[in-house]
This record gives sequence, C-alpha cells and structure tokens, in this order.
Amino acid sequence: MIEMQEVFKKYPNGVTAVNGIDVRINQGEFVYVVGPSGAGKSTFIKMMYREEVPTLGTIMVNGVNIAKIKPKKIPLFRRNLGVVFQDFKLLPTLTVYENIAFALEVIEAQPKFIKKRVMEVLDLVNLKHKARMLPTELSGGEQQRVSIARSIVNSPKVVIADEPTGNLDPETSWEIMNIFDEINTRGTTVVMATHNKEIVNTIKHRVIAIESGKIVRDEQRGEYGYES
Amino acid sequence: MMSRGVNTGMKARTLTRHARESLKSISRNGWMTFASVSAVTVTLILVGVFFVIMMNLNRVAQTIEGDVEIRVHIDVAANKQDQENLKKQIETLSEVKSITFSSKKQELNNLIKSLGTEGKAFKLFEQDNPLNDVYVVKTKNPTDTMKAASKIEKMNYVSKVMYGQGQVEKLFKFIKASRNVGFVLIIGLLFTAVFLISNTIKITIIARRREIKIMRLVGATNNFIRWPFLLEGLWLGILGAILPIILITIAYSNAYDYLAPKLKGNFIQILPVDPFMYQISGILILMGAVIGVFGSVMSVRKFLKF
Repeated sequence: MIEMQEVFKKYPNGVTAVNGIDVRINQGEFVYVVGPSGAGKSTFIKMMYREEVPTLGTIMVNGVNIAKIKPKKIPLFRRNLGVVFQDFKLLPTLTVYENIAFALEVIEAQPKFIKKRVMEVLDLVNLKHKARMLPTELSGGEQQRVSIARSIVNSPKVVIADEPTGNLDPETSWEIMNIFDEINTRGTTVVMATHNKEIVNTIKHRVIAIESGKIVRDEQRGEYGYES
Repeated sequence: MMSRGVNTGMKARTLTRHARESLKSISRNGWMTFASVSAVTVTLILVGVFFVIMMNLNRVAQTIEGDVEIRVHIDVAANKQDQENLKKQIETLSEVKSITFSSKKQELNNLIKSLGTEGKAFKLFEQDNPLNDVYVVKTKNPTDTMKAASKIEKMNYVSKVMYGQGQVEKLFKFIKASRNVGFVLIIGLLFTAVFLISNTIKITIIARRREIKIMRLVGATNNFIRWPFLLEGLWLGILGAILPIILITIAYSNAYDYLAPKLKGNFIQILPVDPFMYQISGILILMGAVIGVFGSVMSVRKFLKF
C-alpha cells in the first residue's frame, strides 16, 4: 500500500515540482499516472522509491514512512519494491540471465535460490531461450522484458514503472502491458507513469492526472484525457 | 520479508565476488593503477629509508646515552681518607646513580689496551704512572650529566672532570632535527599517495556508476557496494609496498655487510638485517594498506550518500 499525505517537493533551484499531494493506492491496484511533461509526474514517481525526498509530508510505502526513513534502512526498503525505466538500465556486459541474477546477488541470496528464481521470472517474461544473450543482441521490447523480470525477481509488493513503453513501438508496448497486467493479477501493486493514450484508454485502470504538482483528476477506470 | 534466501553476514562467496570485482577494475584502470601504485612506491621508499636511518640513529643515541659518564680525576695529593670523603660527597648528589673507582694502574692498562699495538709504547710508564686515580660516575638521567659534573668540579681534591662536553648535546640535537624534517617530508608524501589512490578509485566508481545505481535500486547495502572499492585500494597500497621492500632489503643487507665489520669493536653498531628487515617490511606493507584503504574510503564516501 502506498499513501501520501500533504506531500510537497521543492528543489534547491526553487522549482516546486509537487505542490500538496494526498493519495492512497491499495495493495493490488494498477494505477496510471498521466499528465503533461514537467507537471511533476516524475518527481511523484521518484518519491515512491525514495530517489527523491519530499520537502514536506509523509509517504507510507509498505508500512514505512520513507520521508523519514534512515539511510541505512533504504536498501532493505528497496528490496520490497521493483522499478522499471524507459531506458531499461541493463548492464551491457552481462547476459540476460546475469542481469537478472545480479539483483539477487547484490542482496546476497543463496546461489541455488538465485538459479531457480531467475528461471522462473525469465519464463514469466517469455525469454528463457535468450538467457545467454547480451542485452545488445535483443530488441527494445525484449530488453524491457528483461528489466521487468529484474524488477520482480525479488518478489516485491510494488512495481513502479516510469514510462516503460516510452522507447517502444506500439506493438511491443502491448506485449509489455500484458506482462504488467500478469504481474498485477498475481497481487503486485503497479504504478505506471505513461504518455501512451491508447494503452490507458484500452486497458482500463485507475488514472491519476497530475498538473502543476497537484492531482487534478483521480478516476477508477479513467481515460487518458489529453491529446497526445 | 528478508528471508527468501537472503542472509546478513558476509559469506565467503560474497568476499570472493568482491575480490574478483576489485581485481577486475585494477586491470581495467591500467595507467591510473600504475600511477597510484608508483606514488605509493615512491612514498614508501622514502619512508622506508627514513625509518632505517632513524631507527639506527636512535639505537646509536641510546648506546651513547647509556655510555655517558663523568670521569672525575682525583688530585694526586689526596690520600686514602681524602678519596673516601670525596666518594661520599659525590654519592650524596641526587643525580648520581653509581660511582666506581678506577686506579691509575687500571687506567693505564685500559689506555694501552684501547690503543692496540701502538699502546705498547706506553708500557714504559708503568714504573712512573702520570695518570690520576679516577672515579667513574654515572648519572640517573643522561641529561643531568652537565649539572652533576659542574657540582663535582667544585669539590676538594678534584683535579679535572671529563664528560665529552658539548659533543653529546650536539648529537642529540642533530637526531631530533633530522627526525622532525623527515616527519614533515613523509606526511606530505603520504597525502600525495592517498590523493592519487582516491583519484584512481574515483575513476573506477565513475566507470561503474550505472552498475552502482542499479545495485542501489535493487537494494544492495552500502557496505556491499563499498567492499570492492576498499579492496581495490588495499591492493594498490600493498602492490606499492613490494618494490620498496625489495629495494630497501637489498640495499640494507649490502650496507650491513659492508659496515658491520668496520664497526666491529666500536661502540656504534647498526641493527642486524634479521629481524630488522622483517620489521621494516611489515611496517611498509601496513602503511601501504592504510594509505590504500584510506584513499578509497575518501572517494567512495561521496558516492554512497542517499
């Protein structure tokens, strides 16, 4: 569960990116975050995984107030959270398998467990047969599938995606959306910032629209609502 | 939620991983590795030479300190009773540790012995010994020598007081001055070496920024991220200590082989190669390690803030 109360974020350069947000996202929900560029979407998303710290307010994620969390506890907090980016953020020198295993190795999981779990998530994103390839040998959609696999390999309660289809062609975007839907039906909360009108209007979920750092619209099974 | 195959203490497997990562970036950094290892090497050569000299000087100083004595020449006019009185008077001085009597006959024998073959010429004097009976006085503290000597000088039946006037003080001053200059020099060099190592590590970190970012996103602890860099610094420091140890050991062994026979019988001695070179090697490796780890701690710190 994610809950924000009276959240403000003002950057040192004077820009107020988030200007008083209250929102509650329940466990198992699928939420689109929409809005024009520079409206504060990115800051809103980044605060959820403690990449940015709010200037004011509380942000509860999985029962932890991450506005006040001690730096030492951030790593443990992040293990219950998956993040997916527009640019995939894969390590180019590691194979598909190694990229995913990396996320478990750095938290010192048992080798046996790593092997089993990596194969499981590779199966989920349908890339078992490409486990030994390097990211550069894959298409954009396949790379994004690897990065999604990495984000869920820790079995997180929440997956946060920042424009995951931004670099992909429409057809590939649908594939990616299907995977997110699959993850969501297994009980994981998905929060996705997106500019993809068609997807939002077709695969209906809750829509939160942000403009000038405020939530201007919050509807169950909402519409994209902007001309894109 | 932490249970899924995750453990908290560091496993051998994890340590192996860190070591592998650190060695990888040492070879990848090529020239920067070379530069920082060289900096450590130069620093440690100078530190090592300085240490070798200082420890030998210290040893000489200690020997001399232990050797400082006041030789009180007793006036020939003094009879047994006068000598006894003088002895009691000297013993009452608070600075005095011990007093021993050396007759003029003993004094002559010592002189003849110390001059070797040429000393035989002095055997002629055995019949008519021109030397005085002597009290050899040792003070509790070598620095009190002067004070005690000037008090004794004023006593009756004292013809002369000898204690290497001036020489001892000069030597102590010289040793102290060279120690201070050396320390300043070494501190400057240590800083240079630390700075170069921290720059090398910084390059590693920048090269792996992406990797670090991902590690942090998936929940790696700072310690886990830090370890490979600490080890890299450690290797750089230890690598830098190898050449100095080899050079100094070879040079010192040769110097010892050359000097030791010449100094034989002299009261000045240099420290024997074994165990002195083992001690120096240990100190140099330790210093290299400290420089390396310190340098990497300095550059990692900034990158691991949340």
